[in-house]
Amino acid sequence: MEPIAPIAKVFEWGPQAGAAWGALLGCGFGFFLEKAGFGSATTLAGQWYGYNFAVLRVMFTAIVVAMLGLFGLHYAGLADLGLLYVNDTYLLPQAIGGIVFGFGFVIGQYCPGTAVVSCATGKFDAMVFMGGFLIGVVAFMFGYPAIEGLYNATSMGRVMLPEYLGVPAGAVVFGVVLMALGAFALTHVLDRRFGNGKEA
Amino acid sequence: MTEPVSTPVERKPAPYWNSYVAGIGLGLVLLASFVVMGRGLGASGAMTRMAVYGVHKVDASVRGGTEAESATLARHNAYGAQYVGGPGDPLDDFLVYMFVGVLVGGFVSGLAARRFAFGIIRGPRTTDRRRLVLALAGGIVSGIGARLARGCTSGQALTGGATLALGSWAFMMCVFAGGYALAYFLRKEWT
Repeated sequence: MEPIAPIAKVFEWGPQAGAAWGALLGCGFGFFLEKAGFGSATTLAGQWYGYNFAVLRVMFTAIVVAMLGLFGLHYAGLADLGLLYVNDTYLLPQAIGGIVFGFGFVIGQYCPGTAVVSCATGKFDAMVFMGGFLIGVVAFMFGYPAIEGLYNATSMGRVMLPEYLGVPAGAVVFGVVLMALGAFALTHVLDRRFGNGKEA
Repeated sequence: MTEPVSTPVERKPAPYWNSYVAGIGLGLVLLASFVVMGRGLGASGAMTRMAVYGVHKVDASVRGGTEAESATLARHNAYGAQYVGGPGDPLDDFLVYMFVGVLVGGFVSGLAARRFAFGIIRGPRTTDRRRLVLALAGGIVSGIGARLARGCTSGQALTGGATLALGSWAFMMCVFAGGYALAYFLRKEWT
């Protein structure tokens, strides 16, 4: 069967489609982030202090659902993964950036998407976080000449885990599902251990 | 006999959704983005464009004159130029439209659940002032980290995670590692 997805690539949509679909997908994105409780820093902080594991549960559920759908369509011959945009890997700056981002997350208790949603529901701490984020971006830009080497270090291109590990994609997909289920089980054990209230 | 007339009372906010239900909804939006556009979700990309464009515009207006646009620091910066170096509008981008959508979607959901309220969210034992200072600091640190990593929890962890991108998984693990490493020292802010 001829792949029909990604639709915008297969049927060569123009840039207007990106604007309309960007806004529409964004609405859904913001809606579910808010419904998950991510408009409140209290929910997000729960992940780090063990009183609410919504962050891990929502994030891994979303990853698993999207991954199963994507690879399911691929195996059905409906989606061409070659046309899918996959983030290029720069292992070292992404690892260091991840640690720095984790620090920022715990200090401010938002990440960019959740801050936008919190901001949309009137929270000043989220607005301040977003202001800080803009300052951080500008600081990065002006500091860029000094860290350009690190930023472009360990450039590996478009690397997906199956090829990197040398195993079939189906095996990695299965492994991610198992890991997610294990992580979910662990959070429920911890809920009981910590005596967390009923999960919303 | 008539029942006493009930006075209108402010109704409590609706509870959040079950995490797995919200996660499935979020996952389907992400999947729709892959299927329709061939790319995933993002949040920090739009904020990056706004920050660079904002600095560029202020810079140009301070300089004044017809050549001001081509003389700004952002345009002469190797990182900034990728956004403001060309003739195109840096805000005419998929992720910027998505940013507006996230604002709308979050607002609609919050309003419908009676959660829209101006205020500051903080832990029980800290002050508003400390909360805002830490929110600002956290934002700055996150901004630097997200730029170094080429994305945030949306563009890297969620999107890259679902597409099994190697660097995105490394990013995600490092976010959790960094977060848990620092969390102990800030525990009084939230517990």
